[in-house]
Amino acid sequence: MLNILTKLGKNTRCSFNKLGKSGFFLGQVLIGVGDVFLRPRLLSKQLYSVGVLSFLIITVSGLFIGMVLSLQGYYILSSFGAEEALGVMVAASLVRELGPVVTALLFAGRAGSALTAEIGLMKATEQLSGMEMMAIDPIKRIVAPRFVAGLISVPLLTMLFSAIGIIGGHLVGVGMLGVDEGSYWMQMQSSLDFYDDILNGVIKSLVFGFVVTWIALYEGYSAVPTSEGVSGATTRTVVNSAFATLGLDFILTALMFGDI
Amino acid sequence: MSFDNNLVSVQHLTFSRGDRIIFDDISLGIQRGKITAIMGPSGTGKTTLLKLIGGQIFPDAGTVEINGQNVHTLARKDLYSLRRRMGMLFQSGALLTDMNVYDNVAFPLREHTKLTESMIRTLVLMKLHAVGLRGARNLMPNELSGGMARRVALARAIALDPMMIMYDEPFTGQDPISMATLVQLIKSLNTILGLTSIIVSHDVHETIAIADYIYVLSHGNIVGQGTPEEINNSESEWVQQFMQGAPEGPVHFHYPAPDYIEDLLTFDKD
Repeated sequence: MLNILTKLGKNTRCSFNKLGKSGFFLGQVLIGVGDVFLRPRLLSKQLYSVGVLSFLIITVSGLFIGMVLSLQGYYILSSFGAEEALGVMVAASLVRELGPVVTALLFAGRAGSALTAEIGLMKATEQLSGMEMMAIDPIKRIVAPRFVAGLISVPLLTMLFSAIGIIGGHLVGVGMLGVDEGSYWMQMQSSLDFYDDILNGVIKSLVFGFVVTWIALYEGYSAVPTSEGVSGATTRTVVNSAFATLGLDFILTALMFGDI
Repeated sequence: MSFDNNLVSVQHLTFSRGDRIIFDDISLGIQRGKITAIMGPSGTGKTTLLKLIGGQIFPDAGTVEINGQNVHTLARKDLYSLRRRMGMLFQSGALLTDMNVYDNVAFPLREHTKLTESMIRTLVLMKLHAVGLRGARNLMPNELSGGMARRVALARAIALDPMMIMYDEPFTGQDPISMATLVQLIKSLNTILGLTSIIVSHDVHETIAIADYIYVLSHGNIVGQGTPEEINNSESEWVQQFMQGAPEGPVHFHYPAPDYIEDLLTFDKD
């Protein structure tokens, strides 16, 4: 019993310690963010690496999720004779929830893990120490551009995901199941609110992009500089990003759409 | 040795990792314009000493002064400004793997100066020529051998014309030709550019061939110091064991452990 309590105490202390360190790290990154915009080439390289290269997985996932949503939605809605509401159902699900959440999860798996592995390996091969000894701050030169790139990419990828998902829903709903095209678009247009739905979805994606990129960069920067350490850090990035995204989604949804 | 002409002065330095004491109140000086070697068996904290001198880690007690400035009390800006005048050659080379040889050498120039690209090109080619790799400028780090990577790193370390260079195990894992080239390069760069060099190494013959002064570290203390001749003739058992590579002596081959027979006969699930 005493052992369990000791372990629990130790783990809690470690967690708070890590939280503090990651907070301090974030502070340093935010200080370095200003310089990123003065060096657009560094930023564009990272935008390509984390954003453009995530394009395929986001597009394909968005398309299939939209198609599945449409298929499932049609079976339920048609039992009430409300097939015309398919468009709004697909769009609201994507814009409010699935777009930001699934994009963040996919981003963590595709780009987040790559960021952690890259920075962890730079640490293991003394590239970060080398920069420090050349009087170049690795947080400003390496971490901050990746952070800004993540922050910009996730909302854009989310919008892309939702848009492609809506097209996927249209392909199945209108193309295959015979839902009226006018109803599909009209219902969507009249029921979705720009501020309540679309803007809230974008805010969610901004928050997720911030948190997932922060986790990925922190895990890489604080990784134990061995192959096992980098591998563990990469796993932690994906797992912690998923937890953070899902937990924050509940809180944000409650704040934005609920009465809590 | 005289402490008057020192570029680097380490005074009463104490450093430990957890319960393990790495340095126990050591003092040493690095003379300007000379090659000073810090030698000792693996695990004596030679690389740690370079990191302490470079201000990457902080000591528990004592001071490290470079050119009269206490490294560990400097503001970050001042520390970075001091580091611009220091070069460091890492054991692995620490080249940036997403850039080719040319861009690696140009990296500190682009970051710290406002020179035009044509001037940077001239400087980079001069530095690469000095290390014999002007023709390898378009290669990526993964296309270089270990020796070439270290020479590129050396070209990068001298890119900003530093006042001193710290070499971390420059000869480890090199073939005889690369080793001889590096030994020659370190010596000639020190003479031609008027540098101050600190070489951390356990390669006795190569280091002793070019060092002006040697410190031998062991178990957190300086067990011997002097010119190569003085070190060769040292009466210290520690120094002699290290210089002659004797398996038995004050430094034990085995990590501290319980009695061998007793250990074999005891089944204790660790």
